[in-house]
Amino acid sequence: MKTPFLAAAMAIFRKDALAESRSRELIGAMGLFALLDVLIFSFALELNREARIEAVSGVLWVTIIFASILGLNRSMAMERDQGNLDVLLLAPLPRSAIFTGKLLGNFLFTLLVGMAVAFVITILFNVPLFSEWLLMVLVMGTAGFTIVGTLLAAMTAQTRARETLLPIVMLPLAVPLLLAAVRGTTYILSEAAQGEWLPWLSILAVLDIIYLVLGIILFEFVVEE
Amino acid sequence: MPLIETEDLTKSFGYVPVIKRLTLKIERGECVALLGANGSGKSTLLRMLSSLSKATGGVIRIGGWELPREATSIRAQIGMVAHKPLLYENLTAAENLQFFGRLYHLDPVKNKIRADILLEQVGLARRANDLVRTFSRGMQQRLSIVRALLHDPDILLLDEPHTGLDQRGVMLLNELIMAARAEGRTILMATHEFNHAALLATRILILERGSMILDRPAADLDSAQLAAIFAEQVSA
Repeated sequence: MKTPFLAAAMAIFRKDALAESRSRELIGAMGLFALLDVLIFSFALELNREARIEAVSGVLWVTIIFASILGLNRSMAMERDQGNLDVLLLAPLPRSAIFTGKLLGNFLFTLLVGMAVAFVITILFNVPLFSEWLLMVLVMGTAGFTIVGTLLAAMTAQTRARETLLPIVMLPLAVPLLLAAVRGTTYILSEAAQGEWLPWLSILAVLDIIYLVLGIILFEFVVEE
Repeated sequence: MPLIETEDLTKSFGYVPVIKRLTLKIERGECVALLGANGSGKSTLLRMLSSLSKATGGVIRIGGWELPREATSIRAQIGMVAHKPLLYENLTAAENLQFFGRLYHLDPVKNKIRADILLEQVGLARRANDLVRTFSRGMQQRLSIVRALLHDPDILLLDEPHTGLDQRGVMLLNELIMAARAEGRTILMATHEFNHAALLATRILILERGSMILDRPAADLDSAQLAAIFAEQVSA
C-alpha cells in the first residue's frame, strides 16, 4: 500500500516543524548569521537615499541566500548523520514526497528568517520593505533558493566536504534567481513603473516552476545508492 | 514459494564487487543469522533487500514482488533495525511513532493503540512522552524495534542490532527477536555474535567477500562450532 504523496509530504513537514520548534537549531543559526550580516553592512555602507535603495536589495538577497545555505546544509545533514533518511526511503511513499516535505520545512524556516532580515533592514537602512509586491518577491525568491538548495543539499550531504560544496554548486544555479530577485526588488523600491519590475517577477515565477519540476524528478536519482 | 529470493545477485561499488552472484532463498517464518567479517557484504545485502540500495545485477523477489519495479509494495512488508536507532532525537517516543505511522499511512487511532501496546511490551510505556535524546542507547534500540514493528511487517531485517547494548539491553533485544519469531515473522539478522546467531536463528549463513560459504540449519551448530568454522573459513 502506497502512502499518498500529500499525506507523506505533510507528515515530513510537520515532523521538521515540530523538531525545529524544540531545537531552533536551523532558525537560530540562520537568524544569527543574517542579523550579523545586516549589521556589518549597515555599519560599512554610509549612503544617501538613492544609493541606499540600490544597495538594500543586494544586502537583503545576499543575506538570505547565505543564511539559507547555512540552514539547508544543516537540515539535510541532520537526516543523513542520524541515518534517518534511510527511514524515509524505507517507507512506501514516493521519493518526490520526501523532497516536497523537506522543501516545505526549509522554505518556511528560510522565509521566517527572510522576513526578520527585511524587518531589520527596514529599521537600520530606513527603507520600508513591507509592501505587498516586495513580499511577493521575497516569497518567490526564497522559494526558488530553497527548491535548488534542498535538491543540492540532499546531494552534497553524502559528502565529507558538504559545508563547502553546497555553496559552490548552489550559487551558479541560483544566479538567475538572484538576478531576478535583486532587480525586481530594486525596481519596486525605487517606485519604478509596473512594466519595469513585473517581468522580473514573471522570470522568478517561471524559474521557481522549472526548478520545482526538476527537483521533484531528480530527487529520486540524488538519493539513490 | 520462498518469501525472500535472490538469483545471481551482484553489487559493485565502482569496480569493487561487494556481492558476487548470490542466490538465496528464505522461507516464510525462518529466522536467519547472517555472519561474516567486516566488509563481507552483510549490510550491503540487507540494504539491497530493503530497496535502499540498487543491485548491479541479478534478481530480488520478496513476497512475489520484484525489485526495483515493485519497490513500494515490498517496502510496506519490511521493518528494518540498524545499528543506528534511526529515530528523531528532538521528538518524543510517541511523536516518533506517530510520524512513522503517518509515513506508512496507518489509521491514527489504530496506530496509537498499536504503539501503546508495543511500547508496553518493550518497557517504554512510561517514557512515551519523553524526548528520544534523553533515552539510553538500549532504550533507543528498543524503540527502534517498536518503529520497525509498527506497520506489522512480514519481514524484519536486522543489521547488527546488538551493537553498543549492555547485557540487559542485549537480553531484552533477544526477547523481542524471539517474540517476533514466535509471531511468524521472517527475520534476517546480520551479526558478528556467534552466540546470538546460535541462540536466535533457525538457519545460519556465512558470507565471505560477497559469496555464501556456509548455509546450515542452526540446530546443527552451537556457538563454539560456529566460531571454529568461522575461524577456519573466513580470511582475516
